[in-house]
Amino acid sequence: MSKDWPLWEVFVRARGGLDHRHVGSVHAPDAEMALRHARDTYTRRMEGVSLWVVKSTDIAASDPDQSGELFEPAATKIYRHPTFYELPDAIKHM
Amino acid sequence: MSDTLFRSLLELGDDSLILGQRLCEWCGKAPSVEVDLSLSNLGLDLMGQATLFLNYAGEVEGKGRDGDRLAFHRDGEQFRNSLLVEQPNGDFGQTMARQFLFSTYQLGLFEQLVKSADPRIAEIAAKAVKEVRSHADISAEWVIRLGDGTEDSHERMVDGFDWFWRFIDDMFAMDDDQRALAEQGILADKAALRPAFDARVAAVLAEATLPAAQPVWQVGSGRQGKHSEHLSHLLAEMQQLARAHPEATW
Repeated sequence: MSKDWPLWEVFVRARGGLDHRHVGSVHAPDAEMALRHARDTYTRRMEGVSLWVVKSTDIAASDPDQSGELFEPAATKIYRHPTFYELPDAIKHM
Repeated sequence: MSDTLFRSLLELGDDSLILGQRLCEWCGKAPSVEVDLSLSNLGLDLMGQATLFLNYAGEVEGKGRDGDRLAFHRDGEQFRNSLLVEQPNGDFGQTMARQFLFSTYQLGLFEQLVKSADPRIAEIAAKAVKEVRSHADISAEWVIRLGDGTEDSHERMVDGFDWFWRFIDDMFAMDDDQRALAEQGILADKAALRPAFDARVAAVLAEATLPAAQPVWQVGSGRQGKHSEHLSHLLAEMQQLARAHPEATW
């Protein structure tokens, strides 16, 4: 049964104001049932106030074989981190 | 009055207890891990309701019995659950047919009981009604998908519902003493809930492309403690441990 069902990625908003975060996936015959399965699988201990599901095949993913060209060049570009500013003492929590 | 209230609380608690136990039989055997969790969640919701109703029943009775005592140390003929909830699970389609009929009934009932003149009943119903709304919803969604699914799933839903039509009157049964409590606003008048139940069932069956409810001879009467043999087997499994070790705690 479930092997015939498409896979859905599940996103949970833990509290109002926070982003939906990816938490896992469920099998379900359609989006409505995927929401219900996600509710039973991922929010049974008060983990969330809102759910998104999206068919896994609708997600475009980067190719792990390309991780060298995609991500490694950033490693030598630490100047992209905004860490070189002199902060006035009055500014807290930065 | 307190005897009628006690009996009525047993009906409410036993319906949830017995169906909860039935659903627990699916644990580890459901068609998928998602459905396994869904059925277990549902069963545990019902166990929670049973605990609240049976604990209150014990207080009303006033003989020192709590919910555990009532659940594990009564014999079959002392149970007041409807015959519907003790029926075997059958296949997943049959389980969902039973769940849809019961949860639709229970939702209408609890929507009234939240207004009960008895504050304890009103509190329990207020907590449970949200759970039941989701049970009624997910079971209806399954009935629609399986009824309007493949030829095989459609046939199984037809067979599943066929078995259960005979238990509907039993679920809604009330006697004169209970009707008197309903007039005082303590219980719900179940006869008044029946038209909405019939309409909801008809609407979901139509959407599921399933045949309408069949007028069949109605079987009684679980509310008077007259049960099918299925209940004895269920109780044997459910009560065996508690009866073998009556004072055990864990």
